[in-house]
Amino acid sequence: MTTTVELMDYAEVVERYDPVLGLEVHVELSTNTKMFCGCPNSFGGDPNTHVCPVCLGMPGALPVVNGTAVESAIRIGLALNCDIAEWCRFARKNYFYPDMPKNFQTSQYDEPIAFDGHIDVVLDDGEVVRVDIERAHMEEDTGKSLHVGGATGRIHGAEHSLLDYNRAGVPLIEIVTKPITGMGERAPEVARAYVTALRDLLRAMDVSDVRMDQGSLRCDANVSLMPKGASEFGTRTETKNVNSLRSVERAVRHEMTRHAAILADGGSIKQETRHFQEADGTTAAGRTKETAEDYRYFPEPDLVPIAPTREWVEQLRGTIPEMPWERRKRIQDDWNLTDEELRDLVNTGAIDLVAATVDAGASQADARSWWVQYLNQQATSRDTELADVAITPAQVARVIELVGSGELTNKLARQVVDGVLDGEGDPDQVIEKRGLKVVSDDSALLAAVDEALAAQPDVADKIRGGKVQAAGAIVGAVMKATKGQADAARVRELILERVGA
Amino acid sequence: MSDLTRLTAAELADKIHTGEVSAAETTQAHLDRIAAVDGDVHAFLHVDAEGALEAARTVDAAVAAGERPASPLAGVPLALKDVLTTKGVPTTCGSKTLEGWLPPYDATVTRRLREAGVPILGKTNMDEFAMGSSTENSAYGPTRNPWDLDRIPGGSGGGSSASLAAYEAPLAIGTDTGGSIRQPAAVTATVGVKPTYGGVSRYGLVAFSSSLDQAGPCGRTVLDAALLHEVIAGHDPMDATSVDAPVPAVVDAAREGARGDLSGVTVGVVREFSGEGYQGGVLRSFETAVAQLKELGAEVVEVSCPHFTYALPAYYLIAPSECSSNLARFDAMRYGLRVADDGSHSAEEVMSLTREEGFGAEVKRRVMLGTYALSSGYYDAYYGSAQKVRTLITRDFAAAFEQVDVLVSPTTPVTPFKLGEKVDDPLAMYLNDICSIPANLAGNAAMSVPSGLSDEDGLPVGLQIMAPALADDRLYRVGAAYEAARGPVLDKLGELEAAK
Repeated sequence: MTTTVELMDYAEVVERYDPVLGLEVHVELSTNTKMFCGCPNSFGGDPNTHVCPVCLGMPGALPVVNGTAVESAIRIGLALNCDIAEWCRFARKNYFYPDMPKNFQTSQYDEPIAFDGHIDVVLDDGEVVRVDIERAHMEEDTGKSLHVGGATGRIHGAEHSLLDYNRAGVPLIEIVTKPITGMGERAPEVARAYVTALRDLLRAMDVSDVRMDQGSLRCDANVSLMPKGASEFGTRTETKNVNSLRSVERAVRHEMTRHAAILADGGSIKQETRHFQEADGTTAAGRTKETAEDYRYFPEPDLVPIAPTREWVEQLRGTIPEMPWERRKRIQDDWNLTDEELRDLVNTGAIDLVAATVDAGASQADARSWWVQYLNQQATSRDTELADVAITPAQVARVIELVGSGELTNKLARQVVDGVLDGEGDPDQVIEKRGLKVVSDDSALLAAVDEALAAQPDVADKIRGGKVQAAGAIVGAVMKATKGQADAARVRELILERVGA
Repeated sequence: MSDLTRLTAAELADKIHTGEVSAAETTQAHLDRIAAVDGDVHAFLHVDAEGALEAARTVDAAVAAGERPASPLAGVPLALKDVLTTKGVPTTCGSKTLEGWLPPYDATVTRRLREAGVPILGKTNMDEFAMGSSTENSAYGPTRNPWDLDRIPGGSGGGSSASLAAYEAPLAIGTDTGGSIRQPAAVTATVGVKPTYGGVSRYGLVAFSSSLDQAGPCGRTVLDAALLHEVIAGHDPMDATSVDAPVPAVVDAAREGARGDLSGVTVGVVREFSGEGYQGGVLRSFETAVAQLKELGAEVVEVSCPHFTYALPAYYLIAPSECSSNLARFDAMRYGLRVADDGSHSAEEVMSLTREEGFGAEVKRRVMLGTYALSSGYYDAYYGSAQKVRTLITRDFAAAFEQVDVLVSPTTPVTPFKLGEKVDDPLAMYLNDICSIPANLAGNAAMSVPSGLSDEDGLPVGLQIMAPALADDRLYRVGAAYEAARGPVLDKLGELEAAK
């Protein structure tokens, strides 16, 4: 039975309540092997093919920590301005679930590898919000359950379940914020901007695929409301199954309006896990537990403590790339961009492509123009991401170079780019194949000019009579005759020369 | 009984490597002996005659080709405790829950034995998941002590110790979490060693209590145990708790000790290990042993380790806590027993009903104890306090080893009791390990070596020797010296047939 959930109008929600957010982001590291064994860490694969005695929890099998995962964890901690533990351990989080092979998850508990950090998040209008990070810790992923026979794909109502342990033991970093308060009506936007910032950062660091659609970046959004001006947090709900950046914002916003309606009606919020439903942007209650789960954490006796030397930590600090938002700021300054121009760059996802095109020799204005305008249109019409269009920054730079040297007109250049996008080769090959060079041979052009003047003697007379603007008709005829491969300005000069104007 | 089964592993190795006897006939002799007596003793849960003979024939082929033996023990057969995985060979841990399971991989110990050319005769009986002191907790029925078939062979590794005492195998592997190698050795008059924690890989040792479990060698002589120790010990990258240090030269130490000179060695007698609960016969045997150590030239002093008194309660919080988590994986999902899978039960119910059916009473008791000790609100009082006691015991050892080279005590306060005598009294059963547990909690090395028969009941008594971590060689030096002075004990055990 479904009951219609009353929602409060958002303007009223933020007038009456202060939202408090807590975001838990799980990131799958893109290490070659799993967290505690040598199995390949790769998305997909036939079920139960990336498994061994260790990640299947076979009797007697033991874990060994993946050093690269620890390195990534420390780097992520450093990038988030965290302190790095001098000594920390793994713990066992005990609970029974069929897709968890050992029936405990090897995870860090009260001794995370990184803690007390922050990240500066840039909102759409350029406002910067600092989000404090509680901790970032290492753990292993579970396998996957596929529930067969139920209507929803959830365990409830399923006839049977299939288990795939390929994902079991994949290294995860869980990044937990401190409570995010005082954001008011912008709370949903802050949530999205925070996850976006994390995604951009982790991608720049090359530690994860950060694909929300594939689950390599997952966000659980904790939301509570307290009456405006109060200081004691309300009861929170934790929304899972949030599979896109947009969904993060929608889920938070939905929970705020749902909580507010319940609270305003004198009701109380049940502390529970909720599932975000992409189709209508609402959340549904998960299975409620009668009692709080007692995970009986204790230090993992099969592993030895991790004690990163300060020397190593400092060495890793040197590998942290410029923060994506700092880089954006620097590029704005370097390129002297307006806020609007920067936003276009960021929103189209063109920033790295433009930078790479500039590195390949193009001017930033030309590079920006190509990527933000023509190529962005092409990406849209071809239904792909800008980063995925089939042209490289170097190829774009080459096209820009040819335009600059007069060998291509802008119109021809677009045809060359189309050819590259259609897989006809690099720009020079496309020019060769399609015969797209500017006709710069004056004798060939003069023949076309003479022909056009002869065809329209009245226009020729007008030009001779001083009506120079009438030359446009002749230019058009010449361009048509040369299939657009002539430089229009040169054609104009030749016409004027010919009629002796 | 074939003469071959009466020889020590060192003697057999010598004969096999010189071609005087073949590994195959040696292995066959032991298989025959198993066939003859194991119906009474029940040391084995599974005999792998074909696998053992094949390994033996490989050794014989190498000897015939004039190749160097794969190891000093190549061709000498062995009994393996059923808690270590063997690829394609049943591994039950004495539990119904693993009945019929064929592991897809070898434990590191198993692999090292195979690489050393040691034929594995079969898998030995044990208390379920190594929880017990008598093998009565095996789901497949108890093992009996060759000294008296109505008595317990010790536990949890009673199958391994009984196989040695019954001359079914010249060598065996045990595992020791709180005394499961040493107490069975003591009550069967055989030698058993718990190496330094981390000295022998735990990879493939089905975990009872991860921070305490340690596999180790069992033999009829100290030298045999040393030879086996060197085969199985050493760093293993598959076990994060494995010690990355050279293996102590235990064989050299055993040979050195056998010369019978302990001058320059200081032996500490632990004051706390005597008094109430210790049989008079055990204490008198221990006093005799101490006197013999003095005669060998050792200086003997009394030392106090005040926190050893708390070792047993600390152990019974730490071990069950870890076991409650370690045994969670037996849930019917991937291997082993599955009950109630009839389409009418949820996965959760199948897990629960399988565990109900598959685990015996003692395992359930410890899983429940551990679950309780780790639960929210009790963790600090139980698990946390126990870990503090553990630290204090480690400090007691450290202080003692500043004064002495080794510590000695009785291995166990009593001689082997009758089957069924303590089965309904877990606390009385737990007291068997009162002297052996401190070494597990601290991660030290310890050995039990036969110290004769009790003057009360004529049953075996063991002398425990304890050494600092990574100083396992001291055990072998002192143990071998004492063994040489005391003379063989097992020889007093008549033919098994006569004992019946």
